[in-house]
Amino acid sequence: MKEPLLTVENLAVAFAGRRVVEGVSFTIEAGETLALVGESGSGKSVTALSALRLLTGAGSNPEGRIRLDGVEVLTAAPAARRRLRGGVAGMVFQEPMTSLNPLHSIEQQVGEAIALHRPLPPAALRARVLDLLHQVALPNAEERLGAYPHQLSGGQRQRVMIAAALANDPKLLIADEPTTALDVTIQAQVVELLRELQARHRLAYLFISHDLRVVRALAHRIIVLKDGVVVEQGEAEALTAAPRQPYTRALMAAAFDLRALRTTDLRAAAPEAVAP
Amino acid sequence: MGVAPPQGHPMPMTPLTQRRLANFRANRRGWWSLWIFAAIFVVTLFAEFIANDRPLVARVDGQWFVPVLSDYAESDIVPDGFPTEADWHDPQFRREIAERGGWMVWPPIPFAYDTVVRDLGRPAPAPPSARNLLGTDDQARDVLARVIYGFRISVLFGFTLTIVSSVLGIMAGAVQGYYGGLTDLLFQRFIEIWRGMPELYLLIILASIITPSFWILLGFLLLFSWMGLTGVVRAEFLRGRNFDYVRAARALGVSDARIMARHILPNAMVATLTFLPFILSGSVVILTSLDFLGFGLPPGSPSLGELVNQGKNNLQAPWLALTGFVVLGLMLSLLTFVGEAVRDAFDPRKLPGGGR
Repeated sequence: MKEPLLTVENLAVAFAGRRVVEGVSFTIEAGETLALVGESGSGKSVTALSALRLLTGAGSNPEGRIRLDGVEVLTAAPAARRRLRGGVAGMVFQEPMTSLNPLHSIEQQVGEAIALHRPLPPAALRARVLDLLHQVALPNAEERLGAYPHQLSGGQRQRVMIAAALANDPKLLIADEPTTALDVTIQAQVVELLRELQARHRLAYLFISHDLRVVRALAHRIIVLKDGVVVEQGEAEALTAAPRQPYTRALMAAAFDLRALRTTDLRAAAPEAVAP
Repeated sequence: MGVAPPQGHPMPMTPLTQRRLANFRANRRGWWSLWIFAAIFVVTLFAEFIANDRPLVARVDGQWFVPVLSDYAESDIVPDGFPTEADWHDPQFRREIAERGGWMVWPPIPFAYDTVVRDLGRPAPAPPSARNLLGTDDQARDVLARVIYGFRISVLFGFTLTIVSSVLGIMAGAVQGYYGGLTDLLFQRFIEIWRGMPELYLLIILASIITPSFWILLGFLLLFSWMGLTGVVRAEFLRGRNFDYVRAARALGVSDARIMARHILPNAMVATLTFLPFILSGSVVILTSLDFLGFGLPPGSPSLGELVNQGKNNLQAPWLALTGFVVLGLMLSLLTFVGEAVRDAFDPRKLPGGGR
């Protein structure tokens, strides 16, 4: 049997003695999209950041096992870890406004991501940057090479971020709420772009969102988190069609019917029986 | 449209730099101070060609001599001279050259910083005269020549001390701020203890054991001066390490050193560069005060502090104290004005038009 691309077993993360993620396990196969869903503070981002051991300070030493592309992430040497970051798994963040260095041009931004993992001569580097910008469908890519982040719109910046994350043909893209800070029409475009890229490169996604509409459009499987524990998981269609847990139902209701927020209180909808 | 042309990768100047330059220029006082300071500094860099006790060139018996660049024995120049180093001020030697039809071109000030003017005709210190424009000090050395050499050594010392201590200070602050936690805690406690060391006492002890040379003095002052910038840089790095794009860079696999140098440092540079001119003037003041106290550069060195000290000891010769005061005041004012203009240049709220 072939090993999954990413295996997370019994992940537990604690900040200052308080467990924020407890006993989370999942696997992602190549080309598959797994969505982590939950309200703010449910531990989705912490889980995703732990996959590349990106947390600093108190949370930098999670318990459990994380295996990415055959490498034990938690015990890997710093250099091996840096190869994983950006090389095997790219990452897209929520805030396109602040995730690009304001002092670097688009070309420098994306070029740095490439040069880190495989140094290219300047001309080839520029060609590769342009190629990436075309792949993410950044309009007028040639003219935008020298542009600075403040000269781009939110959606364009998110495209640049995705280009940088894709720079080294990663197998996995970790997207931490990539559409949350964008308005609805741009969200649809970015979702469409992510779908295209997945089809073209057989990318796997670890997709984090609280927005079930976006998740339903992208994910193959869904894991619902609440207070750091897995509440429910399953195939995307089955889960969204017939959520078993009241918490999932509440999330669904909140996503698809804003009026429902008045009647369903997410806090009250506690999980019924949670496997430890 | 603010989009740069696609061919403009090695861009000559980013809009931000242009704006800063415009802001710097808008501060007329600082702009002119910079040019005046630079002009004086460049002139004093060539002090040997301006104030020297040997001619720039000489021609004797159809032969060229460049005494300003190389040493000649008297016997090299005139056949019956002594095989000792030529003293170009010696009247007999000059007469001999003149008899042979030779000539020489002197620098504007025919004295070096250590030339003892022998034919003053009155006890030193001698007041200003046509020959010694600023008079002589109490060892009959030309004050103007000493000021030119002294300015140069002060500024060079200040520059070296500023640059080296800034580099060390930025590195220390960067490591503290970026890693935070225990690293930061231990480093901070070390700095607190180190800052408490009585620098002047240590220097006095040092000066009583060895005569500090330029480099020993520089190294000693460096031991303490690097702490000047660490606080600011540490604060900037503590802030910067949590920026989203720093996190994004880490997620791309950028190494710590590179994140510090390329992603956080450029932000911290604004706070740092604003301090530099003031650190420079501070370094000049430190050297001057040490020289004044007698713990600075070795005796005989041209130093502004020593000139001030002579002014204190020779109140009957006011040109000594006055010269020291004017030169130091001018140099420090110029540096402070430049510093103010640099501060304006990096002020993001300041518009080049002078408005806010």
